[in-house]
Amino acid sequence: MTKGGRLQPKTKTDVRGCKTNSVVKLGPDIKAKIGQQLRVMYSEVVDQGVPDRFVEMLKRLDDPTNRGSKK
Amino acid sequence: MSQQDDVRDVMLAAVPSLRAFAISLCGNVDRADDLVQETLLRAWANLSSFQPGTNMSAWLFTILRNLFRSEYRKRRHEVEDVDGSYADSLASLPDQNSRLELGEFRKALKLLPPDQRESLILVGASGFSYEEAAQICGCAVGTIKSRVNRARTRLAEILSIDGASDFGPDRETRAVVNLP
Repeated sequence: MTKGGRLQPKTKTDVRGCKTNSVVKLGPDIKAKIGQQLRVMYSEVVDQGVPDRFVEMLKRLDDPTNRGSKK
Repeated sequence: MSQQDDVRDVMLAAVPSLRAFAISLCGNVDRADDLVQETLLRAWANLSSFQPGTNMSAWLFTILRNLFRSEYRKRRHEVEDVDGSYADSLASLPDQNSRLELGEFRKALKLLPPDQRESLILVGASGFSYEEAAQICGCAVGTIKSRVNRARTRLAEILSIDGASDFGPDRETRAVVNLP
């Protein structure tokens, strides 16, 4: 294994095709699958949009008559 | 005033993604929303330190992350109650399979070291570049790349993925398999 944090160009596997090294180059399928799951998880929250409390809060910050902590 | 309106609009537009990131950090919706609110207040109070022309979304993420870090250190004992409140608060998924699959994925994500998890989410879900993620986390680009790679490898191990098919059927797979 080379130093410097670079990945080896090919995955190290033994004869059975099992990983033999902790630094493994993942295939594009697995990366894509993980990426897809991440985005599904994330978009579940993003799709909820902006809850009212934040709309109200930002509106208050913008209100020139607001006597809050705006500097 | 119009400039303030612009800033407010940008902040508002960033809220959904900030919430998603915050929930992924603390695993609790109420705490995440408090964190986002605190972030927006901080950002507003420190607008003068924002450099126009740079990425405001990345700036907001940086503030949120720093707030979480300082808060997290204080509250290390009350960690992530995820499975309950987080999952319940979310809209239901189209089918049982996806739901189970996502549940497993969430649990696996929780097992990652925080540094790796946040890097993976910033790059893989929030849509930031490696450079932006490095800026948000205050580290080198190479560090982010290595964290993301380790996170993926670890996830694959935890979920025992030897091939994409082991991850459970997704839409594409189902389409390809094509029922008789």
